Amino acid sequence: MTMLLIVLLPFLAIGPVWFAARFSRNASFYVAATTTGLGLGLLASLVPEVMAGNVFVDSWPWIERIGLNIAFRMDGLAMLFCILILGIGLMVVIYAKFYLTEDDPIGPFYAMLMTFMGAMLGVVTSENLLLLAMFWELTSISSFLLIGYWRHLPAARQGARLALMITGSGGLFLLAGVLLLQEITGSLELSVVLASGPQILDHDLYWAALICVLMGAFTKSAQFPFHFWLPNAMTAPTPVSAYLHSATMVKAGVFLLARLHPAMSGSPEWFFLVTGAGLTTLAFAAYVALFKHDLKGLLAYSTISHLGIITACLGMSTKWATIAAVFHIMNHAAFKASLFMSAGIVDHECGTRDARLLSGLRHSMPITFGLATLGALAMGGAPFFNGFLSKEMFFKEAYTLSQAHPYWPDAEYWAWIFPVVATVGGLFSVAYSVRFIHDVFFGPEAHDLPKHPHDPPFGMWLPVAILVAVCVVVGVVPMYTAESFLYATASPVTGYDMPEALHLHWWHGLVPELYMTLVAIAAGIGVYTQWKKIAAIGDKLPTIVGKDFFESFIEMLIEGARALDRLVDNQSLQRYMAYTISFATLAGFMAYIEEGWQSGTGVQTPASLVSLVPVILLIAGAFMTDFFQRKRLVSLIFMSVVGLIVSLMFIYFSAPDLGLTQISVEVVTVLLLLLALFVLPQWNPVESGWLRRSRDILVAASAGIGVGALAWGVMTRQQQTIADYYLAESLPKGGGTNVVNVILVDFRGFDTMGEVSVLALASVGIIVMLTGKKPLYPNQVMPFPEERFPLMLTSVTRVLVPTALLVAFYIFMRGHNLPGGGFIAGLVAVVALAMQFVASGLDWTKGRFKLDLVRLSAIGVLLAVGTGLAAFVWGRPFLTSGMLHLHPPGIGEVHIASAMAFDTGVFLVVVGSLVLIIRRLSRYQQTMEVQDKAGGNE
Amino acid sequence: MLEWANIIAIVMMTLSLLMNMWRMAAGPRTLDRVVALDTMYINAIALIILFEIYLDSVLYFEAALLIAMMGFVGTVALSKYFLRGDIIE
Repeated sequence: MTMLLIVLLPFLAIGPVWFAARFSRNASFYVAATTTGLGLGLLASLVPEVMAGNVFVDSWPWIERIGLNIAFRMDGLAMLFCILILGIGLMVVIYAKFYLTEDDPIGPFYAMLMTFMGAMLGVVTSENLLLLAMFWELTSISSFLLIGYWRHLPAARQGARLALMITGSGGLFLLAGVLLLQEITGSLELSVVLASGPQILDHDLYWAALICVLMGAFTKSAQFPFHFWLPNAMTAPTPVSAYLHSATMVKAGVFLLARLHPAMSGSPEWFFLVTGAGLTTLAFAAYVALFKHDLKGLLAYSTISHLGIITACLGMSTKWATIAAVFHIMNHAAFKASLFMSAGIVDHECGTRDARLLSGLRHSMPITFGLATLGALAMGGAPFFNGFLSKEMFFKEAYTLSQAHPYWPDAEYWAWIFPVVATVGGLFSVAYSVRFIHDVFFGPEAHDLPKHPHDPPFGMWLPVAILVAVCVVVGVVPMYTAESFLYATASPVTGYDMPEALHLHWWHGLVPELYMTLVAIAAGIGVYTQWKKIAAIGDKLPTIVGKDFFESFIEMLIEGARALDRLVDNQSLQRYMAYTISFATLAGFMAYIEEGWQSGTGVQTPASLVSLVPVILLIAGAFMTDFFQRKRLVSLIFMSVVGLIVSLMFIYFSAPDLGLTQISVEVVTVLLLLLALFVLPQWNPVESGWLRRSRDILVAASAGIGVGALAWGVMTRQQQTIADYYLAESLPKGGGTNVVNVILVDFRGFDTMGEVSVLALASVGIIVMLTGKKPLYPNQVMPFPEERFPLMLTSVTRVLVPTALLVAFYIFMRGHNLPGGGFIAGLVAVVALAMQFVASGLDWTKGRFKLDLVRLSAIGVLLAVGTGLAAFVWGRPFLTSGMLHLHPPGIGEVHIASAMAFDTGVFLVVVGSLVLIIRRLSRYQQTMEVQDKAGGNE
Repeated sequence: MLEWANIIAIVMMTLSLLMNMWRMAAGPRTLDRVVALDTMYINAIALIILFEIYLDSVLYFEAALLIAMMGFVGTVALSKYFLRGDIIE
């Protein structure tokens, strides 16, 4: 429970921290600091147990089917990282308060920082690998947000994007690796995975899993060749750099390597890949760091280099190397965070981070000078500092490797690469550390700096001091401070296979690693004195900038995608319809060819002359709709014929509801199309040649024949339809004898509810789409100069409309038991109202019909949904209907089903939406017309 | 007796539907087609009622009622379209 709290606490603080910023900057700061402090307190309660060697695992099931549980583990390694995250987090929170200016919004900053903190805590304490991958992605996202904090700087935006792309892709690889591990071991829980080491190594998928996991780790920890996002992330504010890009987020990669070390290490693949990457990074990044003029850039490359050390140690996989790796994680976090903060102080006080401009600051900023020097000495690996101890261990292991190793029995010449590269790395490490201090603090005092340099306020150098103190104390007296801690934290990484006793001294005698260190220090100082000359030579060589490579790679991908798109897609609707229909027809015909097509044995209804004629009419009508398709109005008329005949056929086949619906919809369609046709061209020109039309006819005809044959085949086969169930159950369960209506509003009420919502939304969408739009050529859409509202029509409509509305009401009321229902009634009412619009015009009708139609549709939808929800009141599932038996005097017995409320909802939606659409469409072309008349009221 | 009359009437209505269709296809002006459509609507009403009598049922009456109303509205809309172009002003 405690672990869940530790992880959840920063997430819970996101809101308060942001909200508190409204009151004051300090309020936000206090909330953030308190949260971190609380987290530390909770962690402290667990520390004694973990130091004793116990491992806590808490687990709650979440999505069992894919093996995802909310599970946390607290062992030594997790404890170390939690201390780093929360401890350095607290330092950064304090530092940030003084670093950020009044212009920087502090609420969002702390909120994003809390998000990151929680996500990182989740990564290190996750017991479930899938949960780890989720938190991993969250760290990528929050890092993206934090790097891009200063959104107005293009460099910050680019840096953030680049970081997200690289770490995000790494996250995908990690997910793949996790799933592969699940495939190999059968579980996502660390307890199982860590115990299955030999099984994993033997498996065929080991290679794949290893590559995926390593990709995830290397992208996050900026190992070569995925390192180039880190220097570009230096556009973030310094607190972010100190927290994410030195101490915690980039350590997530090596954390992953350490966590999975018992499971996946011990093979030649692991050794060569990981150690190789680590050593390459170490040397390469250290070399580049020396020549960086931006202080933060220097520190960024230095971070990459030190992460290379950790990676190389984890790659070497011997006991002591692993211990060295964990130790260096601790040490590096401490001194690097302090150095970043010092660089930030220099930047903050002097207004620049360029080492070429800065010099002689030791007089004006003594405290900073002192703290930075101590930090830099730790970075370079000077004796009596913590960096020295872990580096010594690293050198020792590198040297031992050169002597003997399980992967090559005799130490060949090239095994010397290990100590040589290590020393070279250490050399440059010393060089850039010296440069950091010498260039900035020594030399003549600079006088042309943007700001007047002075020491920062107490709150700003306090965190630096605390971290530096840790470096010094651990460096001078490691045996009292770090030994047991290191033992506890390194145990899980080695698989609890630790040496008997862990003695950390700073003097082991005249051993090879001491020589390596001395060589590194001496040569490093030497290189530094000559660095300007080396830089001059380096300038002449061509530079490979990783970021540019990456960006041109992305450009190439985008161009390729666009070219493919242009090839395939010519934006022609006809082409896509032709493709779709052809392929569907082809697929259908394949089935006919393979299986053959037979007519079924069902009884066929004999066709009399009377029933044949409508069929002929239907075919003729459809044919002529196509034939006259260039004359749009004629085509529309023939479409009406088709609608009428279909309605007649429905009635012939005993489906009165369908017939009623068909004819109503038909006429509403005609109305809408006529409204639209007025503002469109009345004729189509000939658009395609004979050949293409023949092809289209062929495609359409074969599709039609195929579907017809299919329909025939289905209809002539005896089958049990669902109609029997509904016919039997309609009255007892639905309370009505009109089965179609009962199905619509009761049995399948959920569908209908969705449909009416869609109708309401569509009407609102149409209004929005037509807002502010006018016809392109208004002169061509002027009405003809005949009489506007013929008297005969107006008189007839006066009588017709109320009668029609009465009929609508009647059809609505009887819908549940006889042909009718809400939808048909709604359509009748719509047509009646539309008649009124046609006969007397919009203005006249608007004056008398003042309902807010949007509200009407909304009420309709709410009624429909509410009827469903009302079932909850009686403890029944959604949309269960009930019956009400009333006995009003004089009328007799009345049964009302709750479906009537639902039907009312449907009615209201249909009326509201369709009248809305008709009204809006008819207003579309009126804007010009009304402006011509005096006092347009549109 | 009623049955025979019914059947003859149905056949006659069916034939008149066919003739309407012919007029719709052949009518030189669009107005002819519209009138033919309206006549088809009326014939459909008659056909449904006759069919109802044949089946001795009461369920299809509203269908005829609705076709009457809808047919009228459809024809009115088309006519207004010819008259002014803008059917709802």
